[in-house]
Amino acid sequence: MNLPVITVSQLNIYIKKMFDSDLSFASVILSGEISNLSPHYRSGHLYFSLKDDSSAIKAVMFAREASRLRFQPENGMKVLAVGRVSVFERDGVYQLYVRELQPDGAGALAVAFEQLKKRLGEKGLFDPAHKKPIPAFPKRIGVITSPNGAALQDVLNIIRRRYPLCEVIVAGVTVQGNAAAGEIADAIEEFNRRNLADVLIVGRGGGSAEDLWCFNDESLAYTIYESRIPVISAVGHETDFTISDFVADLRAPTPSAAAELATPDIYELTYRASSLENALFAAYKNILAEKRASFDVLSARRSFADAAGFFEADRHKLELLAAALRQQTETALRKEKDRAAEAGRKLGSLTEACIAAQKLRFTKDVTALKKLNPLDVLLRGYAAVEKDGKVLGGADDVAAGDTVKVLLGDGTLTCDVTQVTKGKRNGTTAI
Amino acid sequence: MEQLQYETAVKRLEEIVAALEKGGVTLDEAVKLFEEGAKLAAFCNKALKDAELKITQLSAAEDSGNDE
Repeated sequence: MNLPVITVSQLNIYIKKMFDSDLSFASVILSGEISNLSPHYRSGHLYFSLKDDSSAIKAVMFAREASRLRFQPENGMKVLAVGRVSVFERDGVYQLYVRELQPDGAGALAVAFEQLKKRLGEKGLFDPAHKKPIPAFPKRIGVITSPNGAALQDVLNIIRRRYPLCEVIVAGVTVQGNAAAGEIADAIEEFNRRNLADVLIVGRGGGSAEDLWCFNDESLAYTIYESRIPVISAVGHETDFTISDFVADLRAPTPSAAAELATPDIYELTYRASSLENALFAAYKNILAEKRASFDVLSARRSFADAAGFFEADRHKLELLAAALRQQTETALRKEKDRAAEAGRKLGSLTEACIAAQKLRFTKDVTALKKLNPLDVLLRGYAAVEKDGKVLGGADDVAAGDTVKVLLGDGTLTCDVTQVTKGKRNGTTAI
Repeated sequence: MEQLQYETAVKRLEEIVAALEKGGVTLDEAVKLFEEGAKLAAFCNKALKDAELKITQLSAAEDSGNDE
């Protein structure tokens, strides 16, 4: 045996050198399933194995890289790991030094979202019982969003149209990037601390999942949960769901929708006010009618008491009361009267128009009738012949020797017929 | 300022209508209530017609002293 004796360390260093000199180990993308995960809480390093159906390899992800992970690796999770393969000399093991880790299949953000949602759900942050009602008539609405975004203008336009009676307090914040969640949470806390609003709208317009990510912040979720002022969350579009949406007291699909959910409609308010006004007049009228009725009863009783001795003072009081009643009743009824008079006027002019139309038709009828009146014809110089009180229809109705009456417009001739000749004469029909 | 008063006015108007509807008030009271109610109704209608949204920045907002 001429072989030199070497130490364990020397061997492991040698093996490590061999691994490191092979460039194909310098960067590998490994697909596998996480197992034996043991996070090192103090250092933040992650130790685990990656395995497939038949093999496994040890893996380590140092705190520097692990702290950038948005999701939490879990045993059984299918992942893609990027890193280099090298040797840990102390233990004589080769392992994967992981630089990046991604869930295989769903994106890292999606996994992170589901994990946070599950965790907060278990802690009761989405509990419906904790959700506060949104006030029906807010005096002040806090809007926490980007001061430059279209979302703010949408919200302001809708509130202006629906409920201009309130005040809007705008907190301009960043709504994407690392600082966003903190700024939003600070604004929510300030509104609460200074008691500046009855309801808060927190949100932004649409964007990529990455853009909306700040609304999935865990500490923001707790701030929303702890807000004494009800929070309406309005992030992105209808299809975007964020953790803020789940924690908020009410989720609006869009910022515009949030503005509608936060405000009553001014038309409803106008209707409410005029209903109250009508009720006021009606109730007052009833009271006056009642008072008058009881006054009538009272005066009847008084006249009866008169016989037993009527006090002048009482009579005076009664008269004052009667005068007051009359006046009040008149005031209350005047409005009704005016309304009735107006209706009467309208009805009157309608009736007149109707009568005029009838008159015109009647005059036309009379004119037409006049044309048919035979006497009218006679006045124009024609004559009618009558026998035994009946007007002759033709020459057959009369014979020679008959006596007939000839009717003229202004008189009658009694004539004896001497001859009857049939047939047309001078082209005109004989009467 | 006006928006603070609007809700107060509507509430008071509701009370007045309720009191008149319930009856049992003297004539004097009825007259007074009616006059107050008519004024409130006119105020509410005008407030709704003339309202203009007020927009304030959070940094400039005044703390709501005795609001609660």
